[in-house]
Amino acid sequence: MTRTLNVKDAINEALRQEMAADNRVILMGEDIAGGAGRDADYPPAADAWGGPFGVTQGLLPLFGRERVIDTAIAETGFVGAAIGAAIAGLRPVVEIMYVDFIGTSFDQLLNHAAKLRYVYGGKVSVPIVVRTVAGAGFRAAAEHSQTLYSLYTHVPGLKVVAPATAADAKGLLISAIRDPDPVIFIEHKRLYMEDDEVPEEPYAIPFGVARIVRSGRDVTIVGVQKMVHTAVEAATLLSRDGIEAEVIDPRTYSPLDSETILQSVEKTGRLVVVDESHPRCSLATDIAALAADAAFHSLRGPIKMVTGAHAPVPFSPPLEDAYIPDAARIVAAVRDQLDKKAR
Amino acid sequence: MIRSLDNDTLLGLWERMARIRAFETRVGEIAAAKEVAGYLHTYSGQEAVACGVIPLLRDDDWFTSTYRNHGHAIARDIPLDEIAGEIYGKVTGVCGGKGGSMHVADQSRGMIGGMGIVAGGLPIATGAALASKYLGRDSVAVAFFGDGAVHQGAWHEALEFASLFQCPVVFVCENNLYAETTAVDYHLLAGSVSAMTGPYQIPSVQIDGMDVFAVRAATAAAFERARTGNGPSLIEAMTYRYGGQYEGDTQTYKPPTEVAYWRGQDPLLRFRSDTATRLGMATLDAIEQSVQVEVDAAFTAAEAAPWPDISEVTTDVYTPIA
Ligand SMILES: Cc1ncc(C[n+]2csc(CCOP(=O)(O)OP(=O)(O)O)c2C)c(N)n1
Ligand SMILES: [Mg+2]
Repeated sequence: MTRTLNVKDAINEALRQEMAADNRVILMGEDIAGGAGRDADYPPAADAWGGPFGVTQGLLPLFGRERVIDTAIAETGFVGAAIGAAIAGLRPVVEIMYVDFIGTSFDQLLNHAAKLRYVYGGKVSVPIVVRTVAGAGFRAAAEHSQTLYSLYTHVPGLKVVAPATAADAKGLLISAIRDPDPVIFIEHKRLYMEDDEVPEEPYAIPFGVARIVRSGRDVTIVGVQKMVHTAVEAATLLSRDGIEAEVIDPRTYSPLDSETILQSVEKTGRLVVVDESHPRCSLATDIAALAADAAFHSLRGPIKMVTGAHAPVPFSPPLEDAYIPDAARIVAAVRDQLDKKAR
Repeated sequence: MIRSLDNDTLLGLWERMARIRAFETRVGEIAAAKEVAGYLHTYSGQEAVACGVIPLLRDDDWFTSTYRNHGHAIARDIPLDEIAGEIYGKVTGVCGGKGGSMHVADQSRGMIGGMGIVAGGLPIATGAALASKYLGRDSVAVAFFGDGAVHQGAWHEALEFASLFQCPVVFVCENNLYAETTAVDYHLLAGSVSAMTGPYQIPSVQIDGMDVFAVRAATAAAFERARTGNGPSLIEAMTYRYGGQYEGDTQTYKPPTEVAYWRGQDPLLRFRSDTATRLGMATLDAIEQSVQVEVDAAFTAAEAAPWPDISEVTTDVYTPIA
């Protein structure tokens, strides 16, 4: 049975089902329930927020403060504690409220979560999930709008997941919780309210399997998370002029389903990668390099990247809007490629 | 304290407190009306802290602020047009609209700026103080932060650094009883922020942060200490935020009795009752009205001001090299 659910509720449901099924799963983060320190004397305080976007709301009444743990503002402390708890048998899911805040605790991920298995010769696993919120378009300025996908993807030992739909969010989060290794699960703040048909029962979507969102023969457009939707918008516009774009959502960036991307590029001969991140050393450059390396002879024109700017995300609304790739920019990139071929 | 202050000084304090309250009240209104987007963290309730500390800064002093910075900027006399312009993201903003509400800054007035990461400003203010010492000056630096900041490594590392190198920095904690929805009763294990400085050999005081004169007295002592080469200190001002964590926060975590108690401690009411006989209610009322006119004008101007040009997306990333 499926029914319509938004991304926020799909994530909540995944957490609820996995917590119900496995009491090793615990949640930790700042104000993930809310009202800590007040709710004993003033019950309405309990579960005041469920995180700033309400994603974890309703889990406190079901599982209690033993399992839905409001931490202090100490990311190094609770990310590190999650690593230790995971080694000792738990399945912690921690929330970094905004991906931008990872700077304060990056060492625990970079040098510990990602590397312990390797340096200890494969004798230990670190099954943690770090849920975090990314993305521009919220008028939240430079320190609350980054994506940082590539920062994590760069690091061997971390798995990186960035769902674009509610159905994917649920299935991928369940996989993340069941996965034996550290998973960075990136939620886009502008996608939380997006609806999709979501199965009621728990299900796991395997990592490293891209989703072909739309098939087409003329050009391959790979979108990163929210940009999947922008790519579909562009594909609809292009289709009116008889240009059929194939839109691919890799869904996980580590591991990356290079096969699906390459097969598509071999078919279409053209590749546009859309990533709202900064352009340098991004998923866009990574996927472009993949195609240049492994599908060069299939390419009929230069690979195009449509990205944010090499600048922090500006606050001012028109500047932020200009920063984020839109369908028009994708259409222009595709047209540019087609023109090049004509010459 | 009050007796040692002349009428002009008293009126200056009142004017700034009233200006902050009027400004933040308007911010709440434009947020509710969805005239501006983004996160708006208002300062109403905490006016006595900014106004107790900041007017004692000299032109060559520095301070860092947080996302809850409007009050600090106003207390430092940054023109309201420029703060409102920044909140709207207009060219008239003090940062040209690049940073918005969370990043109000004016280094020409010693305000290094508002920072979005909890505790991010403490090491930076400490560094400004280090520079003062290195350059042989007697200027100071202040770091404003909330009760929630003490859990960050940056907080501890800044205190440690400041003490080790005897930097002329004053750490000002605005303990408003909450870090987002989480009460200090839960998160502040030491019971107070001032109790946490002992191991770092940093003197601290906990004061009534709703009393601008108490804040001013503690600040004067801390600045004196810093300017005379006696190193860092910490002030914990007990206060309350009347708004949510940000505008739109439903605040279901605040018990009504607690809100009522702290409303009774309103720093503006306290100022009035402390000074009314000397200054006269009519004078105080007139100032409240005049700052309201300023606030109205600032927001009207911000609304009407032009947006920055799209080319600004990629400017200011690096410093141009001549
Ligand atoms: C490192 C980091 N973690 C989390 C946040 C999200 N956050 C913003 S404000 C805040 C609460 C801060 O409380 P406090 O220090 O008491 O300051 P107040 O807001 O009460 O002025 C949190 C958790 C952040 N900005 N930075
Ligand atoms: Mg606080």
